Amino acid sequence: MRITCPLCGDRDRREFTYYGAADYLNRPGMGAPAEAWDAYLHLRDNPAGATRDLWYHEMGCAAWLVVNRDTVSHAVLSVRLVTDAQAEGGAA
Amino acid sequence: MASLIDKSPCEDLLPIITPGAQLTEAQPGPVTSVAPFKGRQAATARALAADGLGWPEVGRAVVAPAGRCLWAGRGVAFVTGLVPQGLEDLAALTDQSDGWAVLRLEGAQAAAVLARLCPLDLRAAVFAPGHVARAPLGHMMAILHRTGAEAFEIWVFRSMAGTAVHELAVAMQALAARG
Repeated sequence: MRITCPLCGDRDRREFTYYGAADYLNRPGMGAPAEAWDAYLHLRDNPAGATRDLWYHEMGCAAWLVVNRDTVSHAVLSVRLVTDAQAEGGAA
Repeated sequence: MASLIDKSPCEDLLPIITPGAQLTEAQPGPVTSVAPFKGRQAATARALAADGLGWPEVGRAVVAPAGRCLWAGRGVAFVTGLVPQGLEDLAALTDQSDGWAVLRLEGAQAAAVLARLCPLDLRAAVFAPGHVARAPLGHMMAILHRTGAEAFEIWVFRSMAGTAVHELAVAMQALAARG
């Protein structure tokens, strides 16, 4: 599996560290109800198909990335910097 | 104050010379990591311009007579050769002078040696002189700066100096043995 870092280019996935679902970018606000925190911490989709993860380019540029990949075909569909993704409106 | 002996990271380890490649230690001088605060990158670039430097593009270096500014990751650059002035309010600065071992690998076989340890496309058409990359060297985090057609500077954490020299020496000797 190869991940194309927006800064470093096409690299082996062993240069990267997996963190978890991209849901971690959608942190509830301070006054959010307990249900929102429960969903944020514990509820995850388990899709057969496109899924969105957070990866860290540990052996490279030290950027956090949102990786959109297919859990069935293992294809990496898109890779963006978290900062870019957030600048364009939330974690979408 | 005790009288301490100043030793370079690769003291007693280098140089290593094989047919087609030589590995020596570089002395880049002071090293300062510069990480501009949010929205201050342009101002940081202007301040660096006073020293003849600038903010490097991703994967590039700015080389001036007085020193260099190497891209070193997302939002970080290393200024070496001089201590940048006037950046205190613009960027997070860290003195890393004693944190890195800097090796210089030169020769007709330099790229072939490095290719044994580093999974980058090192052909000059892709990784050209002046280019910089953060990439693994074996299992070590490294910064590579191609300083010439047959010359690379390899930065590794100072604590990894012995391992880096050993791994590069093995690659140099193995390549030389192929003749």
